[in-house]
Amino acid sequence: MSTSSEIYSLRINGKEQHVKDSWIGESLLYVLRERLGFMGAKGACEQGECGSCTVLINNDAVCSCLVMAASAIDTDITTVEGLSTQENPTDIQQAFVTEGAVQCGFCTPGLIVAVHHLLESNPSPSEIEVKEALSGNICRCTGYGRIFSAVQLVISQREKSVS
Amino acid sequence: MTIFSPRSLAEALQVIHEHPTARLLAGGTDTMVEINFRHFEPTDIISLRYVTELQAFADQGHNFRVGAAIPYKEFENGSYAHVSRALSEAARTVGSPQIRAAGTIGGNLGTCSPAGDTLPVLSALDAQVELASVNGVRTLSIHDFMLGVKRNARAANEIISAIHIPNIDGYQGYAKVGVRNAMVISIASACLVHDPKNKRVALALGAVGPTIIRCRDSEVWLGENADLSTSAPLSPEVLEEFARRVSSEARPITDHRSTAEYRTHAVGVLAQRLLKRAMQ
Repeated sequence: MSTSSEIYSLRINGKEQHVKDSWIGESLLYVLRERLGFMGAKGACEQGECGSCTVLINNDAVCSCLVMAASAIDTDITTVEGLSTQENPTDIQQAFVTEGAVQCGFCTPGLIVAVHHLLESNPSPSEIEVKEALSGNICRCTGYGRIFSAVQLVISQREKSVS
Repeated sequence: MTIFSPRSLAEALQVIHEHPTARLLAGGTDTMVEINFRHFEPTDIISLRYVTELQAFADQGHNFRVGAAIPYKEFENGSYAHVSRALSEAARTVGSPQIRAAGTIGGNLGTCSPAGDTLPVLSALDAQVELASVNGVRTLSIHDFMLGVKRNARAANEIISAIHIPNIDGYQGYAKVGVRNAMVISIASACLVHDPKNKRVALALGAVGPTIIRCRDSEVWLGENADLSTSAPLSPEVLEEFARRVSSEARPITDHRSTAEYRTHAVGVLAQRLLKRAMQ
């Protein structure tokens, strides 16, 4: 059994990261941003309502604000930074830009992770499945229309590239 | 201040035996909100993430034994969606996909909020709660487990290990009122289970009392005034009287989410709606 109070390590985007001098109650969101410098996941509600802090843990999309960081040892954590590089955005990120789905941009990293997760498990979701999968991500700018258009664009592009 | 990450149920039980004031951490969707808002200052934490026994599932014929740390998503549309239709419907209404991937059925019981979405389902199905400690395992009726607002019968050295959910043939449904369709805490909820073989209907209400309310009087009245051996439609008079009786069994309060009057009305509507769906 492992016990930890002060030093532990997390596997983030495939690399071990050591967390030092932490407090037991710190959320994964706090540790990602304030201790390790991963600024992709955003903090807003801190109660799992807005989805702007969405990351993948063992391929589940979860709110990093509701994960106790020290309990996430030995899991595979993927943040939005782990999905692409600045030079090579994913097709999902590119589609968000193309369709104008990014306005203030605060919700975007969480949405990118949520869309990535959806399309990994269901490559051709129906409209309602897309809405359902993104129901935990709140956007106050776009009215969602452009976000759904971006998802549809990715789906059709991927279908074309397969056929 | 320590976080323990036991790798088996035996280890977890030993840790909680030695640290009975430690907080058990399952999905974290309740505890982390408390911590983030400084309503709870953690000292010792026992993370249940790696206790694989708590993820176990068994179809035992007359019932299902469901590991306490199975997340909502598995009941919603995952591997265990077949256990109970009402449970899938209730799981679907919990928070968001992100919450349902993390939050667990055992955590819902551990928190024991009157608005806990799976709790009316477990009540209407007469589920049993399995509690483990270093001294062994005991099984409690859900009705004896839930004691009040965020109070349950788990002893300090116990871990909720599993829930036994009866396998009942017949209609089961869950309905809930909230301000929007996603990401909402229940204002009022209801679960109805029709068991034609035993000629009975069970109805449980959420968020209208200190804990889940089973509407025993309304159930008995319905049994005396309707043929519950089939699912033939009931007269409007019976449906309305059932709704009226259910409303009178609710014990709601007025709080920041809604008023007692609205909740009383709402559970009657929900009960009638579910009964209509069962009998058609």
